[in-house]
Amino acid sequence: MDLGNFLSYIASGTLYTLGASLIALPAGLILGLLFALLYLYGGKVLSNLMAVYSTVMRGIPPIVLLFVLYFVVSGSVNLSPFLAGSISLGIISSAYQMEIIRGAIQCVSGGQLMAARAIGLSQTQAVREILLPQALRIALPSWSNEAAIVIKDSSLIYALGVPEILRRAQLISASTQQPFLAYSAAAIIYFALVFITTRLLGRLEQKLAIPANP
Amino acid sequence: MTEPILRIRNLTKKYADKVIFQHIDLEVKSGDTIVIIGPSGTGKSTLLRCINLLTRPNEGQIFLNGEEITAKGINEDHVRQRIGMVFQNFLLFNHLTALENVKLGLTKVRHMKAEEAEVKAISHLKRVGLSEHMDKYPGQLSGGQQQRVGIARALAMDPEIMLFDEPTSALDPELIGEVLEVMRDLSKSGMTMVVVTHEMGFAREVADSIIFMERGSIVEEGSPEELFEHAHFPRTREFLGKISELYGKKEKKGE
Repeated sequence: MDLGNFLSYIASGTLYTLGASLIALPAGLILGLLFALLYLYGGKVLSNLMAVYSTVMRGIPPIVLLFVLYFVVSGSVNLSPFLAGSISLGIISSAYQMEIIRGAIQCVSGGQLMAARAIGLSQTQAVREILLPQALRIALPSWSNEAAIVIKDSSLIYALGVPEILRRAQLISASTQQPFLAYSAAAIIYFALVFITTRLLGRLEQKLAIPANP
Repeated sequence: MTEPILRIRNLTKKYADKVIFQHIDLEVKSGDTIVIIGPSGTGKSTLLRCINLLTRPNEGQIFLNGEEITAKGINEDHVRQRIGMVFQNFLLFNHLTALENVKLGLTKVRHMKAEEAEVKAISHLKRVGLSEHMDKYPGQLSGGQQQRVGIARALAMDPEIMLFDEPTSALDPELIGEVLEVMRDLSKSGMTMVVVTHEMGFAREVADSIIFMERGSIVEEGSPEELFEHAHFPRTREFLGKISELYGKKEKKGE
């Protein structure tokens, strides 16, 4: 068997890897955005709660959290390991995305909000129309980094038995006794996924850049 | 006597123990241009921010066209829609073009239709001489152009009164003239204006009344002639002398 055979066997796990990333990233984004807004504008109690959430979530290895969350999620609702694992990855990512968005929001000068309020926009309108469009642009480079991390971390759900890339590499490695080829094939596929994703996000970043004179 | 458009009664603002200004009384008649001058850190900017409720005063009352806007339960957003504000550092929305900057309040606050808002925004940008730069972003405009967009953005909301917070002090000298010109025209057209500035030439020429503030209080108030020629207080004379010397040259160069 050559590398090509390994690649084609393992590549069939790509759908799970992509699927998990496509669930985890948006879920993490929605939660992260919500948590960042609560942290900044939610009042003292919610703000403290979000700070604790972020500190705890970012202080535990993702694989440990994945097991803990997997048993919480699959214990409360009946979900497949794939779905429960993907949602758990999204929850883990939400803490990192919260920090990315919080930092980006704080980069937008307070004057922007003041100017928005001065023409009569409400706080909610000012955040939606003025703050977020600018903050999300600032967040995009760091978010692209987080997207790469989530794609790679999706390999962790192999531990739940989901037949994604790493799991299939493990299987074929065991059956052929050729771990180098098996894991190299997995590495190539992961790299390709991350490379394409960061390239696409880089293009988005250029497209959204606000024109300015040098 | 008709009710002044803006009436401030016994207004005090402090942060913790630090008094920013206290016991300010002020009346602005419709169509008048009031210029507030004074050393920095005197509470002039904070006073403007209190008038449109960006900061809440600790004591005292503000009336806009007879209605108390400092009353409990007042809708602050509605009050701010009636008051235009121009900032020292322009504060245009960075991600929007000049036209979108002016249009935003019309569509989101006044709920105008997009086309209608566009027509109105364009006419206001023309009024400040920017019809050729409407599709540029703030980062592509000079400071003077940005500030004129800032003025158009405030004017488009049809405010009852316009507040200017040192509108030219962040500008290069050669760009000051174009902004002052717009403000001069605006004053002539009958807009009620409260202007915090160090531009003495503008104050002298345009102001109906000049207020000299120092250390959180109004020291003296009068017509430009009264203040420039016959100020009562030595402190006023001293400040005016210094500031005219300092800014007079710059202003001439700018015009």
